[in-house]
Amino acid sequence: MKTIDPHIHMSARTTDDYEAMAAAGVVAVIEPAFWLGQTRTNVGSFIDYYSSLIGWERFRAAQFGISHYCTIGLNSKEANNEALAEEVMDILPRFATKEGVVAIGEIGYDEQSDAEDKYFRAQLELARELDMLVMIHTPHRDKKKGTSRSMDVCLEHGLAANKVIVDHNNEETVKETLDRGFWAAFTLYPQTKMGNERMVDVVRQYGSERIICDSSADWGVSDPLAVPKVANLMAQRGIDQHHIQMTCYQNAINAYGQSGQFNETDWLNPAPIDQRTLFEDNSVLRGQDPRIDAVDAPVKDAATG
Amino acid sequence: MTEPPQPLELMQQWLRAQLSSDAWDWLSQTTIALENGGADRALYLAISLVPRKLGKAVLVLNADDLAAADAARSGWRPAGGSVDQAARMVLMLSATPGGEEFARRLEQLCITADVRETIAFYQGLPLYPEPERYVARAGEGVRTNMKSVFEAVAHHNPYPSEYFSVNAWNQLVLKAIFVGSVLNPIQGLDGRRNKDLAHKLIDYARLRWAASRAIAPELWRMLGRFADSGMRADLQRALASDVPAEREAAALALRECPHEDAAALLRTVPDINSNIELGRVSWETVCRDALIP
Repeated sequence: MKTIDPHIHMSARTTDDYEAMAAAGVVAVIEPAFWLGQTRTNVGSFIDYYSSLIGWERFRAAQFGISHYCTIGLNSKEANNEALAEEVMDILPRFATKEGVVAIGEIGYDEQSDAEDKYFRAQLELARELDMLVMIHTPHRDKKKGTSRSMDVCLEHGLAANKVIVDHNNEETVKETLDRGFWAAFTLYPQTKMGNERMVDVVRQYGSERIICDSSADWGVSDPLAVPKVANLMAQRGIDQHHIQMTCYQNAINAYGQSGQFNETDWLNPAPIDQRTLFEDNSVLRGQDPRIDAVDAPVKDAATG
Repeated sequence: MTEPPQPLELMQQWLRAQLSSDAWDWLSQTTIALENGGADRALYLAISLVPRKLGKAVLVLNADDLAAADAARSGWRPAGGSVDQAARMVLMLSATPGGEEFARRLEQLCITADVRETIAFYQGLPLYPEPERYVARAGEGVRTNMKSVFEAVAHHNPYPSEYFSVNAWNQLVLKAIFVGSVLNPIQGLDGRRNKDLAHKLIDYARLRWAASRAIAPELWRMLGRFADSGMRADLQRALASDVPAEREAAALALRECPHEDAAALLRTVPDINSNIELGRVSWETVCRDALIP
């Protein structure tokens, strides 16, 4: 079946991953802006990172037949460097409404410090000004309180719950997230956080309304095939096909499609893959044969050869 | 006699005719707000919001529109553009009267641009005030290997032939050949042929032959006038190619070569020669054949 991974950091992944994902049926991905494993030291690093999300990574994904979208935001960890955060906030609006940007995100809390709160709120204001969706990163420590607080602050800033996707949910947070009308996304990490078996149980208990599965695969130990794998596991465990379709595909479209930037036609009716296309002096191909889908080429008159 | 309308007025007319009234209202109101001293932030936001507000339809232009474009700015050829591209130019040109301020804003827009914006900014080069300021920026567009961006500078654009140095111009033509683009849509191509370029191209052609790889037939267009005995030998080889467009290109090039050897070589291909004289074969047909895989 076709699946969507609406939270995956492809910049940190290899072309092998892209190939495996395409083969497993992943048709579209959303890459949220986040931190890179170490904090950046100047605003130029953010400019180039955001540029790569709207340019190079989109191009790279397209060469494997996968539609790539992104979210733009200042992550919570790096919000703690206030001098730098101020500079990032100045340039953020210039990226927020580029082609294929589906939301402001991933933003929210890490330590739940004052600086994090300040820049989380500033970005919610930006989302409201630009009428954009928001993708929330909920904290891994003090999660339950941090998740409630994230939703409180969104509502306080006038955002509608159905315009906010709350990610990294678990069994402790899902009920409140759903009851308050937000989208509840679940990150399927191989060992920690939500495992696939736990995800099956969540769907068994809560059904599929406003529930979204993703991998958040990045530079750490993580699985870029988590979404197709959990879809398979749900099927093996006897979960209704409708629920699988909703949690691993359709809800992502329903949620992020509200941006107007995330359209099923992009991957159902795509431009043919042509890996010969060059980008910034740097094709992803090095010596191997390009994958070129058939195109309807104009046929030369036989008489003229 | 009245002055012909400026490019800005023309684009506004075209957009008003094509956009829905809501879309046009957004554009005209945004333009007015920016004209009255909008801040950088307002301009940058408006420019990136354009496709979300106006869509990305092809800009529909007829022959009169294209003639008006050429009258407003010689060589400006907006055929094949889109409404978002034109609207971005309208916003830029209305918001910033010119000079240093325009250059500063354009550079800021370029460093945070997505692909459609990048294409719009390069296609807009002939419309900018004090255009000589943008030679380095245009060079960045040539350095890019993203074909669509490269072609935004190189094709249907009078800017490079008017403002590029010899070296920058030669790089543009070499790059076009190198990335598998075509030469015919480059404006001012024949007028800026030069010996240095001819030598750079023949070196490249010989490398390709040494590796048993094909040569883009259009390459010969840059060489004919400067063909020394070595190049004439290469043209003789191309004249014997299996590929019709290569033979035709070699013949076209030989016709431009003043040396008597060239005339002798041409007499060996009377059919091609007469097709050239009848207008059935030209650099345009060679280019068109190159576009058909």
